[in-house]
Amino acid sequence: MIGLSAQPLDPEALVRAVKTESHGAVVSFLGTTRATSPGDPRPVAALEYEAYETMAVAEMETIAREVQDRFGPLGIAMVHRTGRVALGEPSVAVVVAAPHRGAAFDACRYAIDALKSRVAVWKREIYRDGDAAWIANTAP
Amino acid sequence: MVRVLAFARLRELLGFGERHVGVADGTTADAMWSRLAQDVPQLAALRASTRFARNGALVDGAAVLHEGDELALLPPVGGG
Repeated sequence: MIGLSAQPLDPEALVRAVKTESHGAVVSFLGTTRATSPGDPRPVAALEYEAYETMAVAEMETIAREVQDRFGPLGIAMVHRTGRVALGEPSVAVVVAAPHRGAAFDACRYAIDALKSRVAVWKREIYRDGDAAWIANTAP
Repeated sequence: MVRVLAFARLRELLGFGERHVGVADGTTADAMWSRLAQDVPQLAALRASTRFARNGALVDGAAVLHEGDELALLPPVGGG
């Protein structure tokens, strides 16, 4: 399960989708929306995500293949939200199921780092005062 | 016509997410950018951080555009 979703993410469903009887370890990463901005003192009310869907999904599939080549065999799900995401809600979920925990942790870390630096998704912080700003990820 | 896509801050500054722009066959991505920047002076400062994708693949500013191509203007990403 690789892609974008305009609806709230369901991490449990992703775990069920990737886990099989050959897997002894499942690592889930959830990126959740934060009330504080790294670059702005104003409290954040919500985040909004926009994507270039065809490129974003293609790049996520490329990352999934890289993860498979480097750490596989494993199962991986990667879903990013679009649209408005309320505070505390997950904006991205990466779930990796592997035979052992080492590969599961390494693959999950690799996938989220690659997603944040490469996938065509943009984030806008909406502040409680009504103002908003686009926030780019800093280089890893 | 080239289909120009703009995202995030670039979409807001340009005032469109998608627009068909008529240009001479063989126009480069950089030339398209310069043309768009004539109407939106704030774009000048953003060229260095903007990447281009032609038909879904990243290209540099020298990439040549042909009839029916799609050119996406991509600000620095912010997923996660």
